[in-house]
This record gives sequence, C-alpha cells and structure tokens, in this order.
Amino acid sequence: MNPFARARPELVEELDRWLTLDHELAAQMLIGFVRNQVGKVGFERAVIALSGGIDSALSAVLTTRALGPENVTAVMMPYRSSNPDSLGHARLLADGLGIDSQIIEITDLVEPYFSRNPAMSNLRRGNVMARTRMTLVYDMSARNDALVIGTSNKTELLLGYGTLHGDMASAVNPLGDLYKSQVFMLAAAVGVPDPILQKPPSADLWEGQTDEEELGLTYRDVDRLLVLLVDRRFNLGEAAAAGVDRDYISQILGKVRTNQFKRRPPVIAKLSDRTIEREFRYPRDWGV
Amino acid sequence: MRDFRVGVAQMNPALGDLDRNLRLHLEWVERARADGCDLVVFPELSLTGYVLEDLAYGVGMRLDDPRLGVLIEQSKSISIVVGFVEHTPDHQYRIASAYLEDGEIRYVHHKVYLVTYGLFDEGRYLAAGERIRAFDTKFGRQAILICEDLWHPSALVIAAADGADVIHAPAASPGRGISGAAEVLGSARTWHDLTRVYSQMLVNYTVFANRTGYEDGINFYGASRILGPDGQVLADAGGDPELISADLSDGALRRARIASPLRRDEKLTVTLAELARIHKARTR
Repeated sequence: MNPFARARPELVEELDRWLTLDHELAAQMLIGFVRNQVGKVGFERAVIALSGGIDSALSAVLTTRALGPENVTAVMMPYRSSNPDSLGHARLLADGLGIDSQIIEITDLVEPYFSRNPAMSNLRRGNVMARTRMTLVYDMSARNDALVIGTSNKTELLLGYGTLHGDMASAVNPLGDLYKSQVFMLAAAVGVPDPILQKPPSADLWEGQTDEEELGLTYRDVDRLLVLLVDRRFNLGEAAAAGVDRDYISQILGKVRTNQFKRRPPVIAKLSDRTIEREFRYPRDWGV
Repeated sequence: MRDFRVGVAQMNPALGDLDRNLRLHLEWVERARADGCDLVVFPELSLTGYVLEDLAYGVGMRLDDPRLGVLIEQSKSISIVVGFVEHTPDHQYRIASAYLEDGEIRYVHHKVYLVTYGLFDEGRYLAAGERIRAFDTKFGRQAILICEDLWHPSALVIAAADGADVIHAPAASPGRGISGAAEVLGSARTWHDLTRVYSQMLVNYTVFANRTGYEDGINFYGASRILGPDGQVLADAGGDPELISADLSDGALRRARIASPLRRDEKLTVTLAELARIHKARTR
C-alpha cells in the first residue's frame, strides 16, 4: 500500500526535498558536535557498538572524523543466530576506518538465561540481547575512558523502534535528529561501504528479520509522514486532507504517542517545590 | 558620526563560567586592539554562555561587579560591547549588553523580546527589557538590540528614528534548517537577509556579532557580519572563532543618506498617529 497514493505529487516532492540534506554542512555540524561533546567533559576517546548496519556505520565514521581513528573503539557483539554478513560488514567498516575493533560473542552470556526461560518471545530475547550489548559497551567505556556514542536515528526514536536502556543507551548521539532516509544519504556521502548501504535495514535479532517487514511500513513513506507531522506541524486532519491515508496516519501517530516514554527520563512523583527536571532545570553541559 | 574601526569578537564562551570567560574576553580585547579596532563587539551573553536555564541566577551580575569592572577598565583604550545577565537592584535578571567607553558604562540595553518558543526558553527564567534607545558615544549615536529584538522590525525602526547610525546586534543564534542544497543554514540565511534589508532600508551600519561552539547539542554557527548603510557586507566571518573588522566612515554614511533619503522622508507623525489609533482600538 502506498499511503501517499492520493497525495499531490508536489507535496511528496516537497517532503523529499525537505529530507534531502546539505550533507557537507550536516557532516561538519555532527563531527563538530561529537568532538565538542566528548572533549568538553574531559574525554578523548569513544566507543561504539558496531552492528554492521547503516546507523552504527555512520556514527562510527562521524566519530572517527571527530576524534581520529586512534581514539575510537568499535565493539562487535554477535549472537549465534546473527547474520554472518553483519560481522563481516562491521569489520569491513572498522578496517576501512583504521579503528580498533573488539569482538565479544554474547551467545555464552545470554544463552544460560534463555535456556532457563524457553518460552521467551522474540521480543524478550531481542531486548535481553540489546541490553547485554549495552552492558558490554558501557564496560568498554569504563575500561577505555571512552564515551559511548549513540546510533538511534529520529525515525526509530519517534516510532519507539529500539530497546530502552539497550541500543537506545548512549552518552552522545549524533544521529538523533536525522531521519532514516537522511542517514542513508549522509552515510553514502561520507563513504560508508556499498554492502552496508545496499542491504535492507535489520535489527538482526532473529534470522531473516528486516525493519520494514517488522514495522509493516517503508522508511521512505514513514519519513515523509513524520516530516509532515513533526517538522511541518500538520495535524491528522490536515495530513488526511493533503491526501495521506488516514488509517496510516493514525497508526503512525499511535506509535509516536505510545512510545513517548522511551524518549523521556523516568517520571518522578512530585512532592517538593523543586523537583528534578520540573523546576530544577540546568543544562546538561552545566559545569563542563 | 566619527570615522572608526569596529571589530566583532566571534568567540565561544564557556557555559556558566564567568571567570574563564572574562579571561577569554581579555584575550579578544587584545586581539581587537592589535587589529586597530576602536570598538569591539561581543556576542549575546558572551560572559556567561547561552543555554543557562537555572544557571541564570548564579551568573547574574550587578553593574558594579568587579569582573565587569575589569572590562570597564579596559574600555579606557578600546570601547567594548559585552553581553551578560544583569541582576538588577529589584532582583530581576535580564539579558544585557553594555556599551563600555573611557572607563565608564555608557549604556546598557536589556533584551526586550525574550524568545520563549521553539528551542528557546528565555521568558521562563528572565525578565524582559522595557526600553529601546539610541545613545551617544564618542564615535556617534549608536544602538544595541539583542538577537530576537531584531526579529521585530519595530525595534529597528525605533532605534533608527532615535538617530542610531550604527546598530549592534549581539546574538546567540543556533544553527537549524539543513534541508536541500542550502549551503548556509536556514537560520543563517534569515540573519543574512534581515541584516541586509534593515541596513539598506534604515540606512545605517549594522554589526551582527554571533557566537560559535556547542551547548547541549546546539550549534552556534558564527557567520557574524558588518554591513554598510547601503546593505553591502563589509566583513563577514565563517563558523569558527574569528575576529572580523571594518572601518566605518561618516563619508560613506553621508553619501548613502543622499542616495537613499529614506530617513529624511520617514513620517514619524503618521506612524505615531496610526499606532496610537491601533493601540486604542486594541485596548478598548
């Protein structure tokens, strides 16, 4: 189904134009961001969980340009059912960048828990793996005096397509304001190798999984709609009147709304006059 | 006005660290002096950094604060426009830019239009200024408007009507809007447009002093510029810390005002009468 089938072609063109980045400027801002956010808190080094996919590849390229290859460690954490191509692609990227790479198999770590809970769903198993990887990356961060660089893009943050405290965890995230389509464009522009650019995005938590199949949508369409709703501030009625399929809009709005909790710190019960985040508000860069 | 050389210290202040920023200011003052500047303009909140939130109350300074005193002392040999949070005697905290000259505070402008939308939250923490004035300096009549003030054309019309030959625009403008083959950021383009149009239409010099660096993931893109009274760019900066400077001349101002006598023809009486009518209707 094409949710934009009834939309004016000019609208679709306009949304695609919106999604088209000035990639030189974007790369320059993001590289500066990583260098600044890592450096100003007294760190020189960074660590990134490299999955073999496009998001972590882009993050790794930007981070390497920001800090230099000698200061970046890529951690690859395959599970026994992981697609072997994932590891191959991660290696291809890390070798190309000349950054240190570490392989830590997580099969031995998660299997004992899985075997005690044979009825675990794919979702639960995927979450355990994502959080195990987070634990290892953060341990590497402590070992190397390095900050964890994030890989969550704007599309998945809005749709909630990520594991809270798992792959969503990081200290510094250069990708969080880039839609998935923009990640593709920028990744191509900064020289992420072709095999990574060309394969279908996958969380690779189970065999044959692809994001688009699991989400039941294409990144191209959902990014167009998110630009319309989030960046252009169309409401449901306006987006439907512009010809976008109403059920599709409702479905996406539902995902954005129900996943709001993943984008915020845990809610705090208010008792005092000055509650953290509510009245006690300081910049994150306080005192750095 | 007298001929003089103005510089913009396009710098990157440390968030919330007054002492470090004061040292930074002294270095930039030195650079401007070495460049032959008679006046150096610092960006908005140059002594404190921008994304202050609750830090605003900790970094607020009285006008007799000794740290400001250090810069006032410096102004004996070079005039300075510096940005900070002023803690006023009635315990209001305001975004301020002070014009320092000959060891004295010549004028303090408080930002009138606090930005409280989009990524900005100034109105939550700070009090808005209540006046827009031009003021006399040894180089002539000037005015200061801070960042969002310039997004309200009325503020510039007032400054020009009050006789400002030079309008300073200290700013902390974050980069945003990166779609398409933009080459410049959307926010930078807006500033380029408005400073050019205002300079040309109000026939005055404009000194746009933006900052650089990152705070909480926000990038300040620099691109400071000095424009002549015909809208021409006399000096412009890139995205890194940089001193830019230009010679402002009374002759060029005279010629521009003859070529484009918009100030002469401005009908203050009509403007006032119509605004009074509108105000009366709105408040009835």
